[in-house]
Amino acid sequence: MSWLMTLRVALRALARNKMRSFLTGLGVVIGVAAVIAMVAIGDGAKARVEATFASMGSNMLIVMSGSSSGGGAMGGSGTMPSITWDDLKAIQTELSAVKEAAPIVRSSAQVLADDANWGTSVQGTTPDFLRVRAWPVAQGAAFTQADVDGGAKVALLGQTVVDKLFGASANPVGQVIRAKSVPFTVVGVLGRKGQSPFGQDYDDVVLVPVTTFQQKIQGGLKNYIPGQIVLSAVAADATTRAQMQISGLLRDRHRIGPDAEDDFTIRNLSEIASAQQEGTRTLTTLLAAIAAVSLLVGGIGIMNIMLVSVTERTREIGVRMAVGARARDIQLQFLVEALTLSVAGGLVGVALGLGLAGWMASAFGWSMLVRPDVILLAVGFSALVGVGFGFWPALKASRLDPITALRFE
Amino acid sequence: MATAPLVRLEGVTKVYRMGDVELAALAGVTLTIEQGEFTAVMGASGSGKSTLMNLLGCLDRPTSGRYLLDGQEIGALGNDQLAALRNRTIGFVFQNFNLLSRTSAAENVELPLLYAGVASAQRRARAVESLTRVGLGDRVDHHPNQLSGGQQQRVAIARALVNRPRVILADEPTGNLDSRTSVDVMALFQELGRGGITVVLVTHEPDIAAYAARVVTMRDGLVRSDVRQVARLAVAPAEGAEVQP
Repeated sequence: MSWLMTLRVALRALARNKMRSFLTGLGVVIGVAAVIAMVAIGDGAKARVEATFASMGSNMLIVMSGSSSGGGAMGGSGTMPSITWDDLKAIQTELSAVKEAAPIVRSSAQVLADDANWGTSVQGTTPDFLRVRAWPVAQGAAFTQADVDGGAKVALLGQTVVDKLFGASANPVGQVIRAKSVPFTVVGVLGRKGQSPFGQDYDDVVLVPVTTFQQKIQGGLKNYIPGQIVLSAVAADATTRAQMQISGLLRDRHRIGPDAEDDFTIRNLSEIASAQQEGTRTLTTLLAAIAAVSLLVGGIGIMNIMLVSVTERTREIGVRMAVGARARDIQLQFLVEALTLSVAGGLVGVALGLGLAGWMASAFGWSMLVRPDVILLAVGFSALVGVGFGFWPALKASRLDPITALRFE
Repeated sequence: MATAPLVRLEGVTKVYRMGDVELAALAGVTLTIEQGEFTAVMGASGSGKSTLMNLLGCLDRPTSGRYLLDGQEIGALGNDQLAALRNRTIGFVFQNFNLLSRTSAAENVELPLLYAGVASAQRRARAVESLTRVGLGDRVDHHPNQLSGGQQQRVAIARALVNRPRVILADEPTGNLDSRTSVDVMALFQELGRGGITVVLVTHEPDIAAYAARVVTMRDGLVRSDVRQVARLAVAPAEGAEVQP
């Protein structure tokens, strides 16, 4: 008997018992739907974490000054300036794993336009900062190194600041804003960056040349950087190497003995990112494992029903054998019945799972990500479940003695 | 040289082992059935007639002795070859019809053709042809539960006939039928016999055996008598007619 004919025989047998076939397949439907929905939601969460970390800047590290201690109270990182402008220059020029480095000094300030004002974070930096953060300029242009060297009174505005000072659709390039009574000419608007993983609005910022910042906004110690250095490693897998090089360089330059503690702090953002991703990955794996167990239970359901079915249809098997079915025809028929149930259940489960994931994503504001390989895997696994759990009942059916089977009541 | 008989049993025994006890269901049966013969096998339960039917139907193999069906030694064949013989050479009719429920008459009749590898369109045509032959040409799409007992048995006979077998083996085919439909079925068998099909019928009712041309009586696993007789002609009574008991 051909495969096609076996399939038709199996379909006919399943159609004779529609309700039972449906209920049997339901186990696999639920299992596959759970796998698809859980993995889609899990992958969506992972992708979102990746995207938020990517928005902070690729391969980024942050170097901060050390902590101050006065009267027994330990200040936090960056409270005692220890990183000098010369340290920055050395990091920029001497280290092979570092691509770009930029200083960043911050001050809260009230910024005024003609008929609006807004309290925001004014930050002094260099053009390298935008490259480290992979931050494009949406309108106008970034200020240049010459602006930094000359202490030019120019500013780059974040989208939120533009919204507050000029309105959402305005083009403020060429306008003048005032911060601490100092007029700055707006030369560009930064692209929208969104929120940090911790909910801070990246776009609520005004960038000015670091020299201008120190002269006009907030003076600092002459030799020390009263803020941080942000820098990017040459590649995603070079962040650890960059961290070690910076640490070695700074310890050397600050003459820190082998047993003494660092007077600076290096934050490796890609490490934080991968830790976060590891977390979501663990969660996804856990959810998928639970879903896989329910798929397994669905498979056992199929085996159970197939065993009942073999017993119930003993006479039918006897008749089929009497009219010329070979043992392998019977085995194939029951195997194909189990396979049909599980694969059909799998396909319905995929549809249901995608629908479920879509619903959860829109209802709870989660992200979802559908991966074709997961769908293939789920359907393939349900087919495997069908063959695996259908095999024994099919073998049992094919081994029936036709004489006994025909007499079965 | 005469043509070889269709069925030839030579000293056939069948021994069942139940624990330490050996039970000889057949104790040495020698029997020849020619093509086209309508034979009834009679005997009390336990006489070995069912075992004989199972052997004749290639559902089982003899413990010793030889069984030649159409000149072919059965004991030497594998399971798949026996299945092929059941498919092409033998047609079964059972006491309880053994039709697949929730399956149309035509699909039930198609079943042997399915395992013979006959193409779909041809299967349907041959099933309808076979059903027409047993007088159910207008019931092809009815399900067994929509048919009377006599009609169900005729569907079963159509199924037995559809692959053009040499032998029809009927095990108590009238056991679940009333007397009038029993005569119907026997008339059908007699007609098949006239068409050259060999019919072997197992029954314990002398009334039914009277329709056969030959009666083989079994007892204790042996053939006790083998009588040729003038068969009573089964005339299907007209619809609604009184049947004489």
